[in-house]
Parts: sequence; C-alpha cells; structure tokens
Amino acid sequence: MTKINLNSTWEFAPSLESTDHINLKKQYELFIGGKWVKPSSGKYFDTVNPATEEKLASIAEANDKDVDKAVKAARKAYNEVWSKMPASERGKYIYRIARLIQERAREFAVIETLDGGKPIREARDIDVPLAAAHFFYYAGWADKLDYAFPNRNPMPLGVAGQIVPWNFPLLMVAWKIAPALATGNTVVLKPAETTPLTALKLAEIIQEAGLPDGVVNIITGAGATGAAIVNHEDVDKIAFTGSTGVGKIIQNAIAGTNKKATLELGGKAANIIFEDAALDQAVEGIINGIYFNQGHVCCAGSRLFVQESVYDVVMRKLKDRMASLVVGNPLDKNTDIGAINSKEQLNTINKYLKIGKAEGAEMYQTDCSLPKKGYWCKPTLFTGVSQSNRIVQEEIFGPVLAVQTFRTVAEVIEKANNTPYGLSAGVWTDKGSKLFNMTSQLKAGVIWGNTFNKFDPSSPFGGFKESGFGREGGLHGLKAYLKVKGS
Amino acid sequence: MILDYNATPVIDQVGVLDRIDRITSRSLKKDAKMHGLKLALSMIDLTTLEGADTTKKVVQLCNKAMHLHDAMPGLPTVAAVCVYPNFVETAKKTLKGTKIKVASVATAFPAGQSSREVKLLDTKLAVDGGADEVDMVISRGKFHEGEYNFVFDEIAAIKEACGKARLKVILETGELGTFDKVRRASDIAIYAGADFIKTSTGKISPAATLPVTSVMLEAIKDYYYKTGIQVGMKPAGGISNAKLALQYLLLVKETLGDAWLTNEWFRFGASSLANDVLMQIVKQTTGIYQSKDYFSKD
Repeated sequence: MTKINLNSTWEFAPSLESTDHINLKKQYELFIGGKWVKPSSGKYFDTVNPATEEKLASIAEANDKDVDKAVKAARKAYNEVWSKMPASERGKYIYRIARLIQERAREFAVIETLDGGKPIREARDIDVPLAAAHFFYYAGWADKLDYAFPNRNPMPLGVAGQIVPWNFPLLMVAWKIAPALATGNTVVLKPAETTPLTALKLAEIIQEAGLPDGVVNIITGAGATGAAIVNHEDVDKIAFTGSTGVGKIIQNAIAGTNKKATLELGGKAANIIFEDAALDQAVEGIINGIYFNQGHVCCAGSRLFVQESVYDVVMRKLKDRMASLVVGNPLDKNTDIGAINSKEQLNTINKYLKIGKAEGAEMYQTDCSLPKKGYWCKPTLFTGVSQSNRIVQEEIFGPVLAVQTFRTVAEVIEKANNTPYGLSAGVWTDKGSKLFNMTSQLKAGVIWGNTFNKFDPSSPFGGFKESGFGREGGLHGLKAYLKVKGS
Repeated sequence: MILDYNATPVIDQVGVLDRIDRITSRSLKKDAKMHGLKLALSMIDLTTLEGADTTKKVVQLCNKAMHLHDAMPGLPTVAAVCVYPNFVETAKKTLKGTKIKVASVATAFPAGQSSREVKLLDTKLAVDGGADEVDMVISRGKFHEGEYNFVFDEIAAIKEACGKARLKVILETGELGTFDKVRRASDIAIYAGADFIKTSTGKISPAATLPVTSVMLEAIKDYYYKTGIQVGMKPAGGISNAKLALQYLLLVKETLGDAWLTNEWFRFGASSLANDVLMQIVKQTTGIYQSKDYFSKD
C-alpha cells in the first residue's frame, strides 16, 4: 500500500504562548460574602500543572463550617439584595462579568491551560470565548423572563449549590453561574479540586464587577466539600456536572428533600459514519469528536460506527489525519492534544488501554513522542471491538476511540442506543431524510448532524437516561433555576 | 480505470471551512518559518498573462525570475515563468541555461470557448515553442451541461498533444459554484491524465482559496490511495502575501505530507507573491523590514 508520509521533515518550531502577563497568587482563600476568607480547617491543597507536575498554587480546603458560612452569605444576599433588585439591574452586572472576561481573555486562557493541561488553542478559541458568550446570552434574559414563560409567573428558587468538573473549568462555571444569576438566584459554587484557578480568578472579576457581596460564593475542596453543599439544608437547588457515579450519590442524598436538581453526567456517544457521507469531513469530525480536549469531554464521540462498505478508506484517512496531530506542551500554539488532566485520570485511561488489549481488541496509537514529565496519552483507537467490550460500554474520558462497523440503519440505531448513557450522538450522511430519521430515533440529548462538539449558549444541552436530566443553555436552561406555574 | 462521475465523493462545505480554521490557527516561527518561506519561493510560477504583454515585458519577467534578490545569496529561484503561447520562445531563450521552467497557458485561455482544433493548435504552438509545461482550461460550459465525457476527452486529447510537457488542468473553481462540483471536476481532470490540477486562471473572482485547495488536495490523496500515482496541485490567483502562502503549504503538509512539498508537485500561480516572500525572508534574517523599493518590480 502506498503510504503517505505525514511525519514531515518540516517540523514546527516552538511557538509558546507567553505566561508573563498572568497574575497568580501563591495561595488562594475561599471567596465568601464578597471577601477572601481563610478556611476554618486551616488546610490547603496543591493545584498542579499536569504538563510539568509543578505546583501552581495552594488552595484552601472548605469543610462543613465553611460551606455553612457560604450558604448563609448566599441566603443573606438573596433575601436582602438580589431578589429585590430590578431584573434589568441584575442583567447589567452579568453583562459586566462577560465584558471583564473578554478583557482578560488572554490571562484566563493561559491559566486554564496551565491548570488543566488543555491546548492553548482550545482554551483561547473555545473555552474562554464561550464562557463570555454564556454570560452575554443570559444577561440578555434577566429582564425578559416573563417573555420566556408568559403567564407563568417565573420566580427564582433561592440559593443554588453548584459543583463543576475539571474538563472545562471556566466554561462549566459560566454554564452554572450565568443562568442562576439571570433568574435571580444566588450561588455557592465549587470548582473541581484539580482545576480551581480560573473559578478563583472569576471571583476577582466578580469583585471587580461590583456584584453585591454574597451573590456568588466560590469555595474550593474535594468530594467532601461537594457533599457538604449537597447536604446543606438551606440549599434550594443542586446543579452538578460530573460522573454518573457521583450523580447517583447526589440523587440519593437529596431524595425526600425539597431540593431541585439538574445533573449532567457521563456519556459514551455514538458517532455514526454512513457510506454516503462526506468522508474527509467526517474524518475531521471523528478527530474533533474524540481528541478534542484530550477526550475529557462528557459528550465525546467515543464510539465510532462506520458503515462496512467504507470502513477501509475511513480508517486509512483517520490514521493519516491522526499522524498530523501535534501532541505536547499545551502552551504551544500548534499543540492539538495537551496533557491528561491528572495522574489519577491517566491511571484510569491506562487501565482501560490494558482492558482493551486483554479483551482482544487491536490497539493503534500514533508514533508521536511524548514529553518526559507530566501526564500524557497518545491518540489511541481500538478496532476489532463490539458492544460486548468494556471499552465500548464504559466511559474512559480520554483520547481513546472504539471503532465498530455496521451494515444497516436499523442495526446502527440499535447499537447506538444500546448503552446506559444518552448524552450526545453524531450522524454523518449527505442525505437529509436519513439524518432526520436518525435524530428522531437516537436516544440522546444532543445530536449533531455532519459536525461534532459544536456548542452555543442558545442551544440546550443535557442527557437522556444515565447521562442525567435537566438542560443547560438556551431558554431551557432558565427553567432549571425557576419556579414556573404549571410545571 | 473508468470513473463514474455521478459517484464522485460528496463534500461538506461547513466541514471544509472548519478544517481550514485549524490550518490558519497554526503558528510558524523561526526555522520553521524560514524553511516554509524558501519552499514557497521555489514553488512560484511567476506569471504574466495580460492582453498588453510584449516581448520586452516577458524578457523583464524572466530576468526577475533569474535574479529574485541577488543582494541575498543562497536563495532558491522560482519554479517557472508562465506566459501566453506566443511568448514561449522568448521566455525559453531568455531562461536558457537555468533550471527555471517555461509554462504556457493554452486551449483558448482563459474562457476555453473554442473548438477542439483551435485548442489543439494552441497547445501545439506552446509545445513547439519549447514549453516545459502547459496550463489548459477545462470547458466549464460543457461541465455545467453535464457533458462530463466531453470534458474528460478534451483533457485526454490535450494531454496527448503535450507530449513530454507536463499538463496542468485549470478547473476555474470560481465558475463551478460548489465544492461538490470542484471535486467532480478534479476527479475528471486527474483520471483524464492531468499531471497537475490548478484552481484558477486568475481572471475570475474568487480565484484560489484555501478551502477549494483543500477539496482538490483530498481528490489527489484519494487518487494516490487508489493508484500510488502522484498528481500535483497549483493554486493560482489571489495569493499575494507570504502568510497566506505558508498556510497553503501547511495545508499540503497536513493533507499529503512530505512527498508533495517540492516544486515538482506543488506550485503557486502568482505575480506579486515573490516580493512579499522575499521581504519576509530578509526580515527573518535581519530582523528588520525593508522598504518595498529594495525589491525589484518586473
């Protein structure tokens, strides 16, 4: 077979984004009631750059007492200020946050890359602009809620406890805070313990924007801190994005209480390539589907289904495209795949690579070289797998693709739906009727047609089945933070 | 191998544009940039295709091709000069003793609205004059009428008339309308025997674009997958600065790889690109931008 050589002798020279302009403190306290407060435990933990394993800052660990303090601050702000403020005024504050994020976009992008390991290209072009876009979008809704829910008297819930994951640290904070504030709620938010920095930087912006004290409280810590938020009796609503396992624990914990919840959990999305698809663009979609953000994406297209008649050519094109992916220093502007978020996550991914091989699947990785320090995983795909394999059934949350084949529409629909998850799916075909047939039969919250991993604040996002419930984004995202008559 | 023109691959426009966004966000620095600039310079077909062209103008262009910027030693020359058939002999004579090729447009360039006989004679004129390369245009009217066999046969006939000269087939993508049609025209040209496929005459806007080039490169790749035979690519028209040229080269690098990163398989059809590339090379070397008047305009 004539092989295309993509390991070009024309190599990229390093093109590093500067870190001179960022401002990071050595130690971060808890942001409660508009002030930086020391944790009552006196304990701090490290947040680490996964690309170098170097410590970036000490982060305060909040315990039950601190959570209680934060919830009280949020309740006070809700009762005394935020719920009484005219909605148009609320909107102004949210607009101000959005603008300040834009003004400091470069700093946020660099810190996001340092703290989480994602390529600067993605932090700069996707995470930070989308975060600002969410604030802009929901700022516009603040004084138009009666138009969103006419004759249904929309009212805020009160204090929202929000827990966000480490894969899109700032963006997930924006998804949570922006609709909560627009609808008149106050917030206690906990970022993930491995990626707290951009949330804490956002606290600085919230101060700068002059948001009334206590409207947004940002507290840091691990699972126990999150549990304390979930279990606090004065929290009216829990919004959680993370693993299905923790989602189930939260469901159990709030059973029998009056707390509302939205859970955005795991996924194992089917990305389906039909023989009549635009194959070169579909290959690009496969790459975006699974290697975007090192595969740390709940809606990642981790199960690839290729129609048998085009299997050989798709695999060849896919492998050639994979060869041109640049893996390495996340601060390099040419990097396509950065560092795995944490040692723990790398161990999980490696465990699944072993399981895949032990199950008899054929593993393919590109022959890129990896940096010596830090946590890395080459872009990987498994062939010769089926629905019976664990690497097909379970969420790996890494740059690992499981490839299966199919023959008919009915077969691929059955296989695509044959999973406990139902967050997203992708369909690639040039035939519109086929696309609409698929979208009405696939059980997934988001279905992309001839594209993948596209996000917009105006579009609702959320899952079916064990991928969770409730929607974030769009008009639907408002409802999750409101009492409305007749529902 | 007979091609079923109605089964040529479909192209998704949004996906093509997304791919180009990834290419244009690449960042070339230092050695990598210098390497790319020199590569770009060596791939230029220095072009003059005006109604007002004269023998003296063509001689001046050839001089420019031979002496790009003698103030800086060690630079490559351009790949070729590209002229009308009646100037081929002049160009050939002027460039004698150099490695610079002479390319000639032919086949009733740029519209291609003429008979087969005239197009063959036009080609013969260029080849007899000593052209190393012939840049023909396809019959876009026939293509739009769905007369794909006509278009195919015409290319095959011109290819035969070219003899040893390499044939570049201009699709005039700005007149084709969709990426699907660009892909179909690319396949017809490749299977009919094109040595190169080329985007544009430079007389129609839009001329070359990155997305259209991406579609054509994928057609070349698919043909290579099937046959192991290389076909060259020439975007032409509208590529007037070094930054854009480098983005084209990155697109080639990530689509077809090393084997195409030479002037045997990739060319730029351009008239003003060379001076901007030269200016950037000097800037990379000295750290200072020079006045445009330090670079000769012919």
